Amino acid sequence: MPEQQPWDETTGSGAISGAGAGGAMDLAMDEGVTLEKTPGGPEGTGPAGKPRSLWSDAWRDLRRNPVFIISALVILFLVIISIWPSLIADQDPLNCDLAKAQEGSQPGHPFGFDGQGCDVYTRTVYGARTSVAVGVLSTLGVSLLGGVLGGLAGFFGGAWDAVLSRITDVFFGIPVVLGGLVFLSVVTSSTVWPVIGFIVLLGWPQIARIARGSVITAKQNDYVQAARALGASNSRMMLRHITPNAIAPVIVVATIALGTYISLEATLSFLGVGLKPPAVSWGIDISAASQYIRNAPHMLLWPAGALAVTVLAFIMLGDAVRDALDPKLR
Amino acid sequence: MGRYVIRRLLQMIPVFFGTTLLIFLMVNVMGDPIAGLCGDRQCDPATAAQLRTEFGLDKPVWQQYLTYMGNVFTGDFGTAFNGQKVTELMGTAFPITIRLTIVAIVFEIVIGISLGVVTGLRRGRPVDTGVLILTLVVISVPTFVTGLLLQLLLGVEWGVIKPSVSSEAPVDELIVPGLVLASVSLAYVTRLTRTSIAENARADYVRTAVAKGLPRRRVVVRHLLRNSLIPVVTFIGTDVGALMGGAIVTERIFNIHGVGYQLYQGILRQNSQTVVGFVTVLVLVFLAANLIVDLLYAVLDPRIRYA
Repeated sequence: MPEQQPWDETTGSGAISGAGAGGAMDLAMDEGVTLEKTPGGPEGTGPAGKPRSLWSDAWRDLRRNPVFIISALVILFLVIISIWPSLIADQDPLNCDLAKAQEGSQPGHPFGFDGQGCDVYTRTVYGARTSVAVGVLSTLGVSLLGGVLGGLAGFFGGAWDAVLSRITDVFFGIPVVLGGLVFLSVVTSSTVWPVIGFIVLLGWPQIARIARGSVITAKQNDYVQAARALGASNSRMMLRHITPNAIAPVIVVATIALGTYISLEATLSFLGVGLKPPAVSWGIDISAASQYIRNAPHMLLWPAGALAVTVLAFIMLGDAVRDALDPKLR
Repeated sequence: MGRYVIRRLLQMIPVFFGTTLLIFLMVNVMGDPIAGLCGDRQCDPATAAQLRTEFGLDKPVWQQYLTYMGNVFTGDFGTAFNGQKVTELMGTAFPITIRLTIVAIVFEIVIGISLGVVTGLRRGRPVDTGVLILTLVVISVPTFVTGLLLQLLLGVEWGVIKPSVSSEAPVDELIVPGLVLASVSLAYVTRLTRTSIAENARADYVRTAVAKGLPRRRVVVRHLLRNSLIPVVTFIGTDVGALMGGAIVTERIFNIHGVGYQLYQGILRQNSQTVVGFVTVLVLVFLAANLIVDLLYAVLDPRIRYA
């Protein structure tokens, strides 16, 4: 088993570029994780006497972990209401009555009204769609781009690796919120795409670093050397042998990063450059509510609470997955 | 050691130019600075053309970048479009943000490391679980929400602090904003210290120290803590740059006229000189902090030798 830990080198220069995206890596790293294949000890033997894989082992752990169950249920709920918000909210989030502005809770409007007289409950429910969409799509983009580029750099090494490492350093030097302000201040579209594009642009080096380290470790394993000796092609080695063994750290970091991307979207929307009205987003609502914070704190508390619970659910899910995939902590 | 420093400095050069070029390009994408200068009205074409020549905006981007960098190395960061020197703006903004950052770092060191040591030595106990859950909550609540809530409770409801900071920004007014700025990093420092302490508590040298009858306090502070702080120092060092850049949100909430405020104004007014100048300095701070952290390794861990 190689001694090199896949994420070791990131400790030296792992920059945390402001709030949001950068933070995820440190959360994932702070336990000093090494993700290695579980040796098939007496515990790792299934009923059929066949050694269980890291994945089935992790899944067995996860099913018993209350933190995982709770956060998975919260996320499931969020996903369902972001696909069908009308299941629990029968009003239109853009149907507002100025006469009711800032009013408190009433029958049929449990969370009261915001500064424009919109129903806070409906807007909070519809806000989930934006956050989940930004979180999931950004994470997919970041993982694909970062995973492929980082993985190739780790596999081939050499000049491409050196260039990629320097590019990663460059991106780590830019504070995320600052970059967002500069980059997104020109955009006038009120869709989620510019924000997702920005997160992918600044987020991929983080995943690339982890994928690179992880592939370098996996590449040195005996079975990969054996496959090479047997004349396997590069693509076969990458797809059949390296990817399944190097993907675990990427999954862990991506899950935690998902939560921080949601938080980043809200922060950018709060600053006025993320999503723009008429888009419905918790960040926009919190920003609007901050002007009425004295008279109508309910306008702030509901979307802020929903945002915090959502981010917490994804971070705890990532934490639980990390614990399950890391045999050292058992 | 000397050779190591030189190699690190050489490695910093491409990163410095890459980052500043990237920001330069982004600011150029940001839009026509001359249009921003005329406000909401349409610019007079003749005036616009003259201003373009005056600021060198009629040249290609790469030429603008080279001219700009040449000026930066002679200490000239250009003039903001309102006629104020960018260096003057920096002179008023940076001391405030540096004070804010120092307050935040002090919070990280004092609270973060203490909580980390306490929980690391009691792994699995209720204190440990409680603090761990608390750190997760702090990480999950975005800084702007924490800031708004503390401002509402401490500033408006209870009147403990002033809801907005005066323009001189003395240290005592920066305590709550500093705590808000530090909050997320504080949680990371706690988790990092906890893990590191828990790992090293089983090390041979700790057992030896205990076996030879040293008082527990001395074992923890001199032997265990010193060896466990290495990853924490790395984190705090790289965090310096991130805190200064991330102060935009905190400075906006508490109305602090520091770097974040100037940058925000610069971006709103499409004042590219201000934006590029401030970001260039932030990148330099970030790179310098990284270098110092790497050199500090040797001080903290005598086993590390630089070839």
